[in-house]
Amino acid sequence: MSYTISNAWLDALVGMIVIVLLMTLVVLALIYLERKIAGRIQMRLGPMRVGPHGTLQTLADAIKLIGKEDLRPRSADRWAFELAVFAIFVPAFLAFVAIPFTREWAVSFLDLGLFYVIAVTSLSFIGFLMAGWGSDNKYALLGGLRAAAQLISYEVPMVLSLVAVAMITGSLNLSEIVEFQGRVPLFVWQPLALFIFIAASLAELERQPFDIPTAESEVVGGPFIEYSGIRWSMFFLTSYANLFIYSLLGAAVFLGGWNWPLGEEVGWGLQVALMFVKTSFFIVFLIWFRFAMPRLRIDQLMSFCWKLLIPFAFLQIFLNGLVLVYEWPDGLLFVTSAAGLALLSYIIYRTVSVAPRRVRLVPANPGRATAPAAAEAGG
Amino acid sequence: MVTEERELETVDLNINMGPQHPSTHGVFRMVLTIDGEVVTDVEPHIGYMHRGGEKLSENMDFRQAIGYQDRTDYLAQFLNEQAYCMAVEKLLGLEVPERSEYIRIILCELNRITSHFMFAGAFGIDLGFFGTSFTYGFREREFIQDIFEEVSGDRLMYGYFRPGGVVWDVPDNFVQRVREVLPKSKQGIKDLDLLLTDNEIFVARSRGVGVISGDDAIDWGLSGPMLRASGVAWDLRKDRSYSIYNRFDFDIPVGDYGDVYDRYLVRMEEMRQSIRIVEQALEQLPDGPILPEKMPRKLRAPASEVYAAVEGARGEYGIYVVSKGGDKPYRLKIRSPSFCNLSALKTMTVGNYVADAVAILGSVDIVLCDVDR
Repeated sequence: MSYTISNAWLDALVGMIVIVLLMTLVVLALIYLERKIAGRIQMRLGPMRVGPHGTLQTLADAIKLIGKEDLRPRSADRWAFELAVFAIFVPAFLAFVAIPFTREWAVSFLDLGLFYVIAVTSLSFIGFLMAGWGSDNKYALLGGLRAAAQLISYEVPMVLSLVAVAMITGSLNLSEIVEFQGRVPLFVWQPLALFIFIAASLAELERQPFDIPTAESEVVGGPFIEYSGIRWSMFFLTSYANLFIYSLLGAAVFLGGWNWPLGEEVGWGLQVALMFVKTSFFIVFLIWFRFAMPRLRIDQLMSFCWKLLIPFAFLQIFLNGLVLVYEWPDGLLFVTSAAGLALLSYIIYRTVSVAPRRVRLVPANPGRATAPAAAEAGG
Repeated sequence: MVTEERELETVDLNINMGPQHPSTHGVFRMVLTIDGEVVTDVEPHIGYMHRGGEKLSENMDFRQAIGYQDRTDYLAQFLNEQAYCMAVEKLLGLEVPERSEYIRIILCELNRITSHFMFAGAFGIDLGFFGTSFTYGFREREFIQDIFEEVSGDRLMYGYFRPGGVVWDVPDNFVQRVREVLPKSKQGIKDLDLLLTDNEIFVARSRGVGVISGDDAIDWGLSGPMLRASGVAWDLRKDRSYSIYNRFDFDIPVGDYGDVYDRYLVRMEEMRQSIRIVEQALEQLPDGPILPEKMPRKLRAPASEVYAAVEGARGEYGIYVVSKGGDKPYRLKIRSPSFCNLSALKTMTVGNYVADAVAILGSVDIVLCDVDR
């Protein structure tokens, strides 16, 4: 009696298991890393007690969270409340599928890989809305609406910056995009697009200075306020999985993934190492930002997106179009993009920098006599 | 059949901010009415921390009630004790020895610095820092806190001042310890400047927010940094020069715009001025007794009433004592700066964003135990 499983299903199963394991391990590592970096920035040690140098702290926290009671407010919309977790978690899970870790290994080499990653990750705002609405909590509602507004707005510059890249590579397949960057990575050609990508991914990840939906000091965790235990830890896990995905995407699209600068011939070990180093660069950068910046206000957030990032993303596409259609030399791609970035930086500088203000120092109150009062006070 | 056209009715959203909320600095509750993200009405609710310290003081003799002064504004305890002791001394006609006056001034000004460090740290969190400003402020505060612990034996409820002086003399290495700490505090202020003062996002969030004009500030009875940020150069240390403040050379920082950013700047500058005062006081610190020679064992007050106020870390901290003779006050009233400053909250908040409401409340720098007593 023969029992066969078709190869495609087996591959899919193996891929899924690998992704789940990878995601869990990476998230555990990332949380530890963030705590340690935060500790350094804040003049503390970070976790030190559980395991050597606190390495098992995240694991202990995960076990604690799993053991906690799973609360649901009585007035909550049951289905929206419980499904919101999956609406946020599944897109992050799906996005891993298209990311190439080496030349040979990705779960799937999708021809529309870039498009797929963007499409899938942008689904997560539905989860935020569901959590915000379903919790029947005003803070959660406010946070959910903030999240929806922010994620949809920043999806636009994010997509546009990646479109600019796709124009140059002529492909939406992530492997081909990485392969394109054998000699020169794309951040050299497209510095403006890289800047927009980083700014937009900070907002998509809801990290400082764009952590408005979950703002601790305003809406107290926003959509997640009513969640506890395992459900809450799923949200937590997802936010770090997303951090990893955006870093992978940035490393693959802008820093030349497993390719640049060693070239295509190196073995898979070095390719993974390259990918790791480049991803780490993004991750550390994003974590560092979180602890060094205060939060923007919602109107400032929106005007930054719609008045600066989106016009400049269109400018980048327009410039690329000009250079590519008229077949001008490639160097112009860099020159125009760098000029665009310089202009954007200048505008941001002009907007935010105001003359430093200091207080006046008054030796004594000019309007009132001090001597009689001093005598009167006694003591 | 005619379909009836009905407009959807909308109501503004009420948000209950507090009593358990990370940015209300204690158990303070404000009911925000918001239209989208804009605050249209604020209704503050206080009283969660009311412990009746004023009433309790009526049943204690003058020394016992000092402990209740530590428990009002628990970030500026020495300043409260100073106000209370000044009131009792005025009532009883006690003369404070020189050395005690200097020790008190040094401790009060150091306490002002710790309080403002705490403010800067917490204010950074209100504006969205993920704890970084807090650890910066807290580290510097801790160095000074160690001195307080060495002097008084307690980290929070010092109970060190007494009517007529202080309870015991400072440790031998006190002057040296304070001299060691002052450069650290100066460096700490510089660090906070780098982290906060010129941070573009911090400036964008705090400038032009929660403006209150000088006239309004006087009408609301604001005092302290809140009043001075609005351009009124009113400082009790200068204008009603109590204790020995007229011997020191220092300036009053005054803001020109009366917004959240000015309140922050005024407090940062006040820390520098306090360091100046402490440096001068250390130079002049004399030897001598710490209590008057003819200190009565039991403090018996004549029938009279007095008011004494100090420039606390948050504003005018005043004590009003009515005595009908005997060793207990007939009535004791605390004029707490947090309460008066908080009263202007609605004027400043309405029309701003929810995020600004948090920033404005942070800039008032309330201590809820001080509001409710």
